[in-house]
Amino acid sequence: MEPYETRRSREAVEERNRVYGQHVKETMPKSNLLSGCIKAFLVGGLICCIGQGIRMFAAQSLMMDEQATNMFTCVVLVFLGATLTGLGVYDDIGRFAGGGSIVPITGFANSVVSPAMEHKREGLILGVGANLFKIAGPVLVNGITASVVYGVIYYLINLF
Amino acid sequence: METVLTFLKVFLVGGAICTVGQILLAKTMLTTGRILALFVVLGVVLTAVGLYEPLIEFAEAGASVPLTGFGYSLAKGVEQAVDQFGPLGIFSGGIAATAAGVAAAIVFGYLNAVLFDPKTKK
Amino acid sequence: MAKKVGNFTVALERPVVFRGGGAIVGKMEKQGPLGDYFDHVVQDDLWGEKSWEKAESKMYYEAVRHAVKDAGLMAEEIDLLAGGDLLNQLISAGFAARETEFPFLGLYGACSTMAESLIIGSMAIEAGFAHHVACCVTSHFSTAERQFRTPLELGTQKTPTAQRTVTGAGASVLSVSGQGPRITGCTIGKVLDYGIKDAANMGAAMAPAAADTIYRHLSDTGRDPGYYDAIVTGDLGIFGQQLMLEQLREKGMDLRDVAWDCGIEIFSQDQDPHMGGSGCGCSATVLNAYLLRRLREGDLNRILFVATGALLSPLSTLQGESIPSIAHGVVIERGDG
Repeated sequence: MEPYETRRSREAVEERNRVYGQHVKETMPKSNLLSGCIKAFLVGGLICCIGQGIRMFAAQSLMMDEQATNMFTCVVLVFLGATLTGLGVYDDIGRFAGGGSIVPITGFANSVVSPAMEHKREGLILGVGANLFKIAGPVLVNGITASVVYGVIYYLINLF
Repeated sequence: METVLTFLKVFLVGGAICTVGQILLAKTMLTTGRILALFVVLGVVLTAVGLYEPLIEFAEAGASVPLTGFGYSLAKGVEQAVDQFGPLGIFSGGIAATAAGVAAAIVFGYLNAVLFDPKTKK
Repeated sequence: MAKKVGNFTVALERPVVFRGGGAIVGKMEKQGPLGDYFDHVVQDDLWGEKSWEKAESKMYYEAVRHAVKDAGLMAEEIDLLAGGDLLNQLISAGFAARETEFPFLGLYGACSTMAESLIIGSMAIEAGFAHHVACCVTSHFSTAERQFRTPLELGTQKTPTAQRTVTGAGASVLSVSGQGPRITGCTIGKVLDYGIKDAANMGAAMAPAAADTIYRHLSDTGRDPGYYDAIVTGDLGIFGQQLMLEQLREKGMDLRDVAWDCGIEIFSQDQDPHMGGSGCGCSATVLNAYLLRRLREGDLNRILFVATGALLSPLSTLQGESIPSIAHGVVIERGDG
């Protein structure tokens, strides 16, 4: 397509956008990194401590072995994350804690429940069923693929 | 005393891993889904190079509860399955080791989605 | 007939009158500084419907009904309904238009749609194609969040430059005659893209479009910014407004005394809307409930209403595209009666 006569050259537009983008980046309101990190640290640490409490309960009171303890902890935390999401509490925690509530496994549960709940009006099979994996799907796909890649390497290393 | 020390280690390591997530959120354009995926893959990689297992031994839940711990389970599962079943374990190990967590997420997710309605809030 | 002024502006020969209006908002908007001006508040965002989309459509329908009644017209007298919403395939507006049975033109200009429909409506009236045109747009926090952003219950933090989508529908009935504020001209905006990619920083994406439309309007008409009592942008928010003022200052126009922004006006900072309100319901409800009221009461004589829109989609964001933006200007004057 021939450019319009009045149209700026591509370079001029790129330069204009670069200057503007730079200016926006410099002047835009920024979140307070330090207070965000402190909140994330405190909440994230606390969630891990709850996990540790569950581990100890499983190992000492329920006499579970190492593998069962891990599974038990994981399942209980997922249950807690999912239920708090259903009750509408987890997004409040998330608004406060940011990374502190996204990174623990409870955040994974939150990412499973929240899109599914929001799409229940599109039906239980295609609404809830498909959207359960809207955010968690990419996590599992990438995680499992990474584990398979590692499996191949591990297998080859052990071969020689 | 030993228990207090354990919890302290859990708190510090878990908090630190989450803080890395917070820094990534604030400093990059990464969205929640990408952060989650990144941490799981990072867990697999760190386990593969042998760095994550010592952290799990040191901080227990502080390292296993963050999603890097999920990656650790995937990688460990593959190792064990390869040792046990050979090349087929490459495929079965990861999912087998994390099956409980994933199934729990699906079932509790489904139940919650059916039971509760999303709420508009501030 | 209307005439073209300068390169981009249209002056209407026979002013088009705002004969009636209606504005319905959600609870949080009602609690904001302009709360008392709105005609109706929706306490619960489902409004008795089964889905948010149905509630949004109902807001659209009710806003139109209110405006037609306010104009003192019968439904049969409406020649055209023009407007839209933010959802895919304009379902809120289209479904509401099914109930009204008015001839309907669905429009999409993202958050600029109110100005777009006023322009289409006043041109249709000026040209003699219609006597009475209803213009209505709507947005809904929950439907927009779900389409453009993340699930409501996902525990994420909003960045400081984010804005909150207004739950609200605003409708105007434009007429060939009658009493009330009138549209005397308009400037159709160009789509501009200054390369901003952050969908949580729409103010920065839209500011150049707003500045450009205002600049072209004032140069086409040879007016000073002070000719207007207020130049009211749609939803630039605090940061976007600052950028727009800077851009105009560079071109030698000082708008500081007359620049208003609907997104800033609709919420108070205590309500934590970050940079302000957004969504096409933002400028539509503020125009119909507040600005037109002040024009009728006579504390404002002349305003330039510049609704701003960011023409992005969730797909374009995922594909890493920048955000093209648009702004349309509409001149509204108090008129005689």
